[in-house]
Amino acid sequence: MTKFIAKRILLSLATLFVILFILFLLLQFMPGSPFNDEKLTAAQQAVLMAKYGLDKPFFIRFWIYLQNVVLRGDFGISYAIKKDMLVSGIVIARLGTSVRIGLQALLLGVSLGVLFGVISGSKRNTWMDSMATVAAVIGVSIPSYVLALVLSFVLGYKFRIFSITYQVDQPLWSSILPTIALSFFVMAQTTRFLRTELIEVLASDYVKLVDAKGVARPKVILRHGLRNAMISVITILGPLTVNLMTGSLVVERVYGIPGIGSLLVEGIQVNDYNVIIMIAFVYSALYIFVNLIVDILYGVIDPRIRVAKGG
Amino acid sequence: MKENRILEVNHLDLSFRLGNEVNHVIRDISFHLNQGETLAIVGESGSGKSVTTKAILGMIDDNGFLGKGEILFRTSRTGKEDEIVDLTKKDKKYMQKYVRGSKIAIIFQDPMTSLDPTMTIGKQIMESMLEHKKVASKKEAMAKTIQLLDLVGIEQPEKRVRQYPHQLSGGMRQRVVIAIALACEPDVLIADEPTTALDVTIQSQILELIKDLQKKTGVSIIFITHDLGVVANVADRVAVMYAGKIVEEGLASEIYYDPRHPYTWGLLSSIPSLDGQDEEIYSIPGTPPNLIDPPKGDAFAYRSEYALEIDFEEQPPMFQISDTHFAASWLLHPSAPKVDMPLVLAKRIAAFNERRSQE
Amino acid sequence: MDDRKERFNRVQLRDSKQQEMLVGSTTPFLKDAWRRFTKNKGALVGLVAIAVIFLFALIGPYINEHAYNVLDKIHINLPPRIPFLEKLGIFDGSEGNYNPYIEKGFTNDYFWFGTDVLGRDLWDRVWMGTRISFYIAMVAVGIDMVIGIGYGMVSGFFGGKVDMVMQRIVEILSGIPNLVVVTLFVLVLKPGMVSIILALMITGWISMSRVVRSQVLKMKEHEFILAAKTLGANSFVILFKELLPNIIGQIIVMTMFSIPNAIFYESFLAFIGLGLQPPLASLGVLIADGYRAMITHPHLVIFPTVVLSVLMLSFNLIADGLRDAFDPKMKGF
Repeated sequence: MTKFIAKRILLSLATLFVILFILFLLLQFMPGSPFNDEKLTAAQQAVLMAKYGLDKPFFIRFWIYLQNVVLRGDFGISYAIKKDMLVSGIVIARLGTSVRIGLQALLLGVSLGVLFGVISGSKRNTWMDSMATVAAVIGVSIPSYVLALVLSFVLGYKFRIFSITYQVDQPLWSSILPTIALSFFVMAQTTRFLRTELIEVLASDYVKLVDAKGVARPKVILRHGLRNAMISVITILGPLTVNLMTGSLVVERVYGIPGIGSLLVEGIQVNDYNVIIMIAFVYSALYIFVNLIVDILYGVIDPRIRVAKGG
Repeated sequence: MKENRILEVNHLDLSFRLGNEVNHVIRDISFHLNQGETLAIVGESGSGKSVTTKAILGMIDDNGFLGKGEILFRTSRTGKEDEIVDLTKKDKKYMQKYVRGSKIAIIFQDPMTSLDPTMTIGKQIMESMLEHKKVASKKEAMAKTIQLLDLVGIEQPEKRVRQYPHQLSGGMRQRVVIAIALACEPDVLIADEPTTALDVTIQSQILELIKDLQKKTGVSIIFITHDLGVVANVADRVAVMYAGKIVEEGLASEIYYDPRHPYTWGLLSSIPSLDGQDEEIYSIPGTPPNLIDPPKGDAFAYRSEYALEIDFEEQPPMFQISDTHFAASWLLHPSAPKVDMPLVLAKRIAAFNERRSQE
Repeated sequence: MDDRKERFNRVQLRDSKQQEMLVGSTTPFLKDAWRRFTKNKGALVGLVAIAVIFLFALIGPYINEHAYNVLDKIHINLPPRIPFLEKLGIFDGSEGNYNPYIEKGFTNDYFWFGTDVLGRDLWDRVWMGTRISFYIAMVAVGIDMVIGIGYGMVSGFFGGKVDMVMQRIVEILSGIPNLVVVTLFVLVLKPGMVSIILALMITGWISMSRVVRSQVLKMKEHEFILAAKTLGANSFVILFKELLPNIIGQIIVMTMFSIPNAIFYESFLAFIGLGLQPPLASLGVLIADGYRAMITHPHLVIFPTVVLSVLMLSFNLIADGLRDAFDPKMKGF
């Protein structure tokens, strides 16, 4: 098990390195740099280039870049959003809000998804199942920004229950709408996946044997059905995280949340590359981290992996 | 119901809805199980033998429904005299609470898939004891579990209870499944092809174990199999099923030494002999009929070399051969032509008889 | 009982009557799948909805007198107004208590979905946008399929080191979130139709290649492939021919799931400012443009959003229906 985890961590680090390299490579090709400003003279441009170290050979630049990133977490300075400020400072300051709202959405979505999935999978072909199935297919189909727009229009603007935008002084209350908007897909996807898994598990021989033991139905479903089905549900945490990140870009924009999602969109619009690269890196790292956790969790939960064969 | 019977199935019909069609899986079957005996129900897959046991346990899928018929079960009650209940009249809750696991238990075919992979085998054995309140505490349940594992022949039971199914071999897992079935000291044990998925050597060990356990506990056993060879040493009586009907029924000796139905002949001929001297292993041609639209007469006639014209027109009744031996074949009708069983089979039975007299 | 002797005659029917009974009828796989698909109400609703949207995308822009790209400084920000329906009090061209059609004297003008800030007709723009969304999704998914099948076949067929390297590449690619790949790719290539399609297909083929590879690995051991190899036949071609029928179900299902995904990513890119450039406008671009004026002119965002949502939902419903239809586990016994 320890060996397995060590191997996974090593692979994760290797992937991160490759990603950093690709990001750096892309950085070289990004068009429309702020230094192309026509008002600048050639001399001014050269000064800027030298200042940012953009005139040295590629691999040397990457080596310097790598050292900065690994040793100091330094992704360079912002060209446009907050001129000359360290990118890492800007990103880290806004990371907390994004992660918090993301986790809120994950928690809400997964809990509701498990609830609906269990109801749907164990009461197959009932009206409750049909309701959950319809809600779930709508949930995976409607983009989160559409939901964000609808929620802020109806609950924020028409009925004025929540504020239309995020308020820094009310971090919880004003994050309710974005959390709901983000969690809907998570909920729907969890419901769908769990339903399929649960139906399969409940039809398995071992659940039939539990049934034959005369165990009461709720216990059969929760103790044996859900437990086994959840092992597979853990695997969708990775894809769900990507979805939350994607959703956060647009949802943060709709609600004006000062998170890294909206920062990335801002960075894209003003071509602030270092900001873009760092956030892309943070996203990748988060994704790889979640996948690592999933692999480890999988091993912890499933005795077939946790306990070595034989003995 | 006679005093010595524990279970009696009378004229049971069972069907499944498949879209707009109805599959008549069990058609008017009757049989009984005596206290402490082993009844083998034998037939090809699809003959309805497994479904019959599911009906007894009240575990029919949602699209299945019982027609006429009854399943009488003698329920022992502590301190009171036995009660006879018709299981077809009882709801799911009753079956779960008072019958499944506690009075009637089952062993499934494949031990590799019968155990929950995420739960220790100790917990899986204790589960039904605790559910049916057969023990006062978890501690007592654990002690009993260890005894049970010992009883089914698993060494180092104290260590095994904490292990997961994947850490055990197939044979050991089947022993665990048997321990689970015996956990609540049931009156009836249904063994649904318990040895089919196992290696030949393990097969005989498990058969021995079941026989041995019956001696120790006095449990009555219904043994489901497609292979008459498997139950030869285990069964007291045998019922042969084909296409949702029982075609022949009798004491084991009567079925093995004096079979009357052509289907039983076919099944017996297809047992590979132990000495391996046979020219070739016989197999019955064709497949069982579609029961959505069951054949009018004898369902086996379509695959039989001994079919009579009447077989295609009319259902044969049960002809009585002895007090205990019955068969549903028109060949037993006084007007039927004299037909002998296949030569291979006759030779084989003669050889058996010879060996028996020598011993 | 009728005891006539002749009824007890032996029959030797093994070839005729008996055999007839023994041979059951088997429904062909695809026909069977189609039967199950058409029983699925959700999938049929989805199919009809997509057919309707597709039809409108084809002919919608031609059935009124306006055009999607003509700027009009007079007819700006007009709410929707539809003949007949306006008499019922809906789609009568009013925004709250204000009706610009009456106030500004456009009593003979009908903009079914209204107009945008530049006076362009939204009806035309929505259907032109739908066309583009369809187009991008189809092309991206088509290329996905080709690359996925090709990659999976090569990787599985050649095995060994080739497979090892190709699988490490897949592993690393799938270690990067889609979002990052797609966004950066479009950023580098500059937003536009081609770069969006390229970005979408760069990540889409991975799951397809996995399915194909595992199928190839399974089939490689089959005797007919080994036989073909020893006979010197081109086993790669044979493999391809034998492979397709085996995975056609899975390919169809995966494709149907990746179409809404592609449509989503396209609209997402538009929303974060990496969408198509004017005068082209996909549904995503329309929504991104419209949402800023959501409170004053809700029609600008409502119509493209509804079409996009219905489109996504329908594709998902069809995909669900197909998956259930092709899934042998669901097959009755």
